[in-house]
Amino acid sequence: MLIVGVVVFGLVHLTPGDPAGVILGDRATPEDVARLRDQMGLNDPLPLQFARWIGGLLRLDFGESVFLGVPVTEALMQRVVPTTLLTIYALIIQLAIGVPLGVLAAVKRGSLLDRALTAVAISGAAIPTFFLGIMLILIFGVKLHWLPAIGYVPPTEDFTQHIRRMLMPAFSLGFSSAGLLARMVRSSMLDVLNEDYIRTALAKGLAGRRVVVGHALRNAFIPAITVIGTSIAALLGGAVVTETVFTIPGMGRLVVQSISRRDYPIIQGAVMMIALAYVLVNLLVDILYVYADPRIRLG
Amino acid sequence: MGSSSGRAISGNLGTIKTDLDGATISPKARIKADWLRRLVSNPVTAISLTVLGITVLMALFAPVIAPQSPTFADPFVRLQGPSTDHLLGTDDLGRDVFSRLVYGARISLVIGIGVTLASAIFGSILGLLAGYVDRLDPFIMRTMDGLMAFPSILLAIAIMASLGPSTFNVFMALTVVYTPTIARLVRSTTLVIRQQPYVESARVVGMRDSHIMGKYIFPNGLSPLIVQCTFVVAFAIISEASLSFLGAGVPPQQPTWGNMLRDGQSLMQQAWWMAVFPGTILFVTVLAMNLVGDGLRDTLDPRSRRR
Repeated sequence: MLIVGVVVFGLVHLTPGDPAGVILGDRATPEDVARLRDQMGLNDPLPLQFARWIGGLLRLDFGESVFLGVPVTEALMQRVVPTTLLTIYALIIQLAIGVPLGVLAAVKRGSLLDRALTAVAISGAAIPTFFLGIMLILIFGVKLHWLPAIGYVPPTEDFTQHIRRMLMPAFSLGFSSAGLLARMVRSSMLDVLNEDYIRTALAKGLAGRRVVVGHALRNAFIPAITVIGTSIAALLGGAVVTETVFTIPGMGRLVVQSISRRDYPIIQGAVMMIALAYVLVNLLVDILYVYADPRIRLG
Repeated sequence: MGSSSGRAISGNLGTIKTDLDGATISPKARIKADWLRRLVSNPVTAISLTVLGITVLMALFAPVIAPQSPTFADPFVRLQGPSTDHLLGTDDLGRDVFSRLVYGARISLVIGIGVTLASAIFGSILGLLAGYVDRLDPFIMRTMDGLMAFPSILLAIAIMASLGPSTFNVFMALTVVYTPTIARLVRSTTLVIRQQPYVESARVVGMRDSHIMGKYIFPNGLSPLIVQCTFVVAFAIISEASLSFLGAGVPPQQPTWGNMLRDGQSLMQQAWWMAVFPGTILFVTVLAMNLVGDGLRDTLDPRSRRR
């Protein structure tokens, strides 16, 4: 995590642009800029700035946004909910598409469905999320008028509208990882279906469906958990792009807007926070793993 | 599988023979041709290679193929749909979409291939050192892990925010993003190969470490690296397009697929062709690249063949 911090801080401070100059605009005198730089602590030696920044980090204080004039934590907190919701919905879609498709393909191995799935999975990995998003907007928003094309409504305000607006973003984000997950579930299902205990279960007369869901899937799902863990990282990253396509006021959009404003603290804070979320999610996945697979014991 | 290892042995014997008389066709070339034939014998791979070939030709001969300059703006033909005059329509400034698409192939390919070569070089050096020199391992790999703790597009955005938009900066940012992946792969193959008896004998004979790494370990770990590289090309092309799309990539006036999509998105209601065509060609190129990667993996490493 410290390395992550060093990387973020280093990156942002190697920037050629000057935030003080950006805030004051073109008509500011060099003296004004120098005074503001001083006030902001930008003239201090880098190690000192870094120590101050890390100290603030530990208190979850990322400093103040240069552009918005509010604390970074506050600015980010306003944006956390849409991003989190989008990621969760995308994950749900990923699971809802990926798991059943993977199971079906494994059970009907070699069938048309199996081959179709492979094709979908490969195309899913190749289609950029933003292009998929644009295509969805074009078809369902512009041509068919089924769904509102862009924008965001908080769930607390109007839940139906919220879901209607999140449907396309979540789908375009979840689709590519769904293909990956389906392939993973398929191959681990194939492994499991050859096991002796599956034959036993079938031999003692259990219905095929129960064996597939109750016995095979439970075991096949364990390796799939790892894929879900890594795909959450991809979802978090993809959310940045998807939010821009669908103009959802999340953290990703804030980051993209902050780039042109040279709003360092916001970029630093947001990148740190997303990286932190990613590390936490992976920890969570490791813990889940232990619950899913009784053979693994921590410690 | 048995036949392929048998071929390799006979190939080695053949090399010794040609070294002696020097006149016959090098069996090494024959093995290579055979390997290519096996790769192309898969129809999916063959089609994908053709698609990529067309893209490469488009990039190379862009001035010949494109009907007009990608930056030539004709205010009288703004936002026109596909027609015989403008095959794929025109954009909001009256520029020819097809011409811009053709020129856009250049940036995508240069970035895709350039980033892959650079991260393959840096990643291989770091991976070899980490895998072979125990002292360096923790330092190198912790740094790589640190870089990998970011979702890749976010890291690229953060770097681009620091460097400012330019094609070269996109290249640098994406190289930083993809080097850790390669380093991790090369390290893991190095760890396996260094246990092999021939590496041990080389060490016993007193060869220098750099020589062992370059002459024994690196060439033997090459095929997984090549396969990985094809995927990095595909990822890099997508990432460049994403960065440009977000406005943090190649400067907007340059014709790239990502920039065209960005322009196209804002005018989606009036001019669908501005977004659909660049997106489609991006999708098809990346898809073809991925499929070639799959084909290569099946050819180079028969054990990993999909069931």
